[in-house]
Amino acid sequence: MDAGAAHLQLETVQELYRKVALIRRFEDRVYRLFLEGEIPGTLHQYQGQEAVAAGVCSTLRIDDWITSTHRPHGHALAKGVNTSEAMAELYGKATGCCGGKGGSMHLGDPAVGMLPAIAIVAGGNTIVTGLGLAMKLRKSDQVAACFFGEGATNEGAFHEGLNFSAVEQLPIVWVCENNLYGASTPYGRVSLVPDVAERAKVYGIPSQIVDGMDAVAVREASAAAVEHARNGGGPTLLECKTYRFTGHSRSDARGYRTREEEQEWAKRDPLIVLAARLDEATVARLEAEVKAELDEAVEFARNSPDPDPATALEHVYA
Amino acid sequence: MPEAAVATRRLTIAEALREGIAEEMRRDPEVFLIGEDIGVEGGFGGAFGVYLGLPEEFGHERIIDTPISEKVIAGAAAGAAMLGMKPIADMQYSDFLFECMDELVNQAAKMRYMSGGKVSVPMVMRAPVGMTLRGAQHGQCPESYFIHVPGLKVVAPSDAYHAKGILKAAVRDPNPVLIFEHKLLYGSKGREAAGGMDLTAEVPEEDYTFPIGQAVIKRAGSDVTVVATHVSLYRALAAAETLTADGIECEVIDPLTLQPFDTETIFGSVRRTGRLVIVHEDTLTGGWGAEVAACVADECLDYLEAPIKRIATLDVPAPAAPVLEQRILPQEQTIVETIRRLVG
Ligand SMILES: Cc1ncc(C[n+]2csc(CCOP(=O)(O)OP(=O)(O)O)c2C)c(N)n1
Repeated sequence: MDAGAAHLQLETVQELYRKVALIRRFEDRVYRLFLEGEIPGTLHQYQGQEAVAAGVCSTLRIDDWITSTHRPHGHALAKGVNTSEAMAELYGKATGCCGGKGGSMHLGDPAVGMLPAIAIVAGGNTIVTGLGLAMKLRKSDQVAACFFGEGATNEGAFHEGLNFSAVEQLPIVWVCENNLYGASTPYGRVSLVPDVAERAKVYGIPSQIVDGMDAVAVREASAAAVEHARNGGGPTLLECKTYRFTGHSRSDARGYRTREEEQEWAKRDPLIVLAARLDEATVARLEAEVKAELDEAVEFARNSPDPDPATALEHVYA
Repeated sequence: MPEAAVATRRLTIAEALREGIAEEMRRDPEVFLIGEDIGVEGGFGGAFGVYLGLPEEFGHERIIDTPISEKVIAGAAAGAAMLGMKPIADMQYSDFLFECMDELVNQAAKMRYMSGGKVSVPMVMRAPVGMTLRGAQHGQCPESYFIHVPGLKVVAPSDAYHAKGILKAAVRDPNPVLIFEHKLLYGSKGREAAGGMDLTAEVPEEDYTFPIGQAVIKRAGSDVTVVATHVSLYRALAAAETLTADGIECEVIDPLTLQPFDTETIFGSVRRTGRLVIVHEDTLTGGWGAEVAACVADECLDYLEAPIKRIATLDVPAPAAPVLEQRILPQEQTIVETIRRLVG
């Protein structure tokens, strides 16, 4: 590798570390703020899976689109939703990216190519075909990526979406985050086919199993899939093997899995995997940047006004 | 309510439902449970813990953890019911019923009729409703979609005694029955939302059912009839207490069943009070309150001394922010003020 390429790669790793750290520290803070009663509602958190969102979104343009799930915080930050506005949305504030109407499960911002997240499991898997269809019909070179969990692959919508994307050769990257459990249910109990990648093949869609704890590996696989889609090659499915470090939602005691299993996956923490490619000073600098960004986000959210109650009646119709 | 001589204890709705399900499973080996995350070891016992402890007694053959496949949950329940089994299906949130509208509306509801009465579909579907700061896709009250479907029965219990009794009646009913329960009423957590009222109820030790299609007068009164379910029922009861200071006596009725609706109890009450207020957490337009209002206008017009009033969630999706949610929900104060204007 020549010096230029090595430098480029180092910059990429730093960018990825920054994103992964931003999501991790955001989530850890949000959890604390939730326990302290500052953030209402419920939370489905993303710690452990950050490499997937960061890796995939690092290969997308701002005018490419993503769909997301009930666990959208990481996707939102990775796609570029403003950190302060994402935080304010969790606080239910007027300045949130959805004006306080969406909340944790519907984070998003069309300005950066993210539909408000869809909290119906596999709900995005049909909607994204419409995004892809619009891109194809308009002959644009945009791409749509659909994030979903392995649990979603047992919904009819998953299969209908895959098949349609194949026959129409839509510019879609299907990103399955296989974190082994759908809520409390181990995937092995609800599918006799352990690899979601296998399911894509029967619809004629190329697929690949990716190390979902390594943002660089995710980025490489995603870059190829995005380029393929952008050049009219049709959809690809990436199955990112990953793990959620937290419970399914904020009140989950995780009795359905072992602490040993958790410790094994913790060794492959996406932050550790990336930090191994960077020097300590760089990591410290990036962490400091992230901390400053989050301090500002929390201040912004705290100091923002509640929505005017009258706005509850707005936005039902145009 | 149970006779004084019968041994009872106070149970939450979750406890009463769990007991009712266990009793029906012991009574009839053809009863089984099917749904997501209901029986996994170390799991949740269903989204609201209703099934905790049941797998230990009944095993995984009769407590079937499905993939995330609502069409299969409703379809498998309906199909097994068509062969005479008695499935109790579980939907984690009622919002997900829209995933299996075909199985419920086109299949389960119509099979008896299409077959000229030859095929029964004795299935039960339980589904939690209500806004709890989770936004637009986890806070709906979709009862009214289903009362529109001939062939489906729809019940909406609000206390432990009736929840258990009507669940047991539903399991034994030869028709598909949807049971809508409110998330805030399962345990003690919802107390605040329900106006600080005790949500437990006396539940007899012995076997009983409560009939589908029968309303209950929760509080007798002579000035106005208030019909309400779930959290709105507790808000109506609290409003009724407040209004006694104004010398207004509310008759508060829990309809319990929304289809077939016990119109006779409502008509009888309206004939005495001359006024009707309906309160529900479903949105206003096309909500079940509209159907009740139409029936009462049809039958009791001569008795009415004031227009029928409906108090419901405003016609918008559920927002996430607390101030917005509070803005659109039917509030106790609104009930109080509406009744004051009506009676004053
Ligand atoms: C249609 C539908 N069914 C059920 C649920 C309840 N639910 C929310 S998340 C979840 C598990 C999803 O698992 P998976 O798709 O693997 O995503 P993960 O939670 O692991 O990110 C379930 C069952 C839902 N939101 N939507």
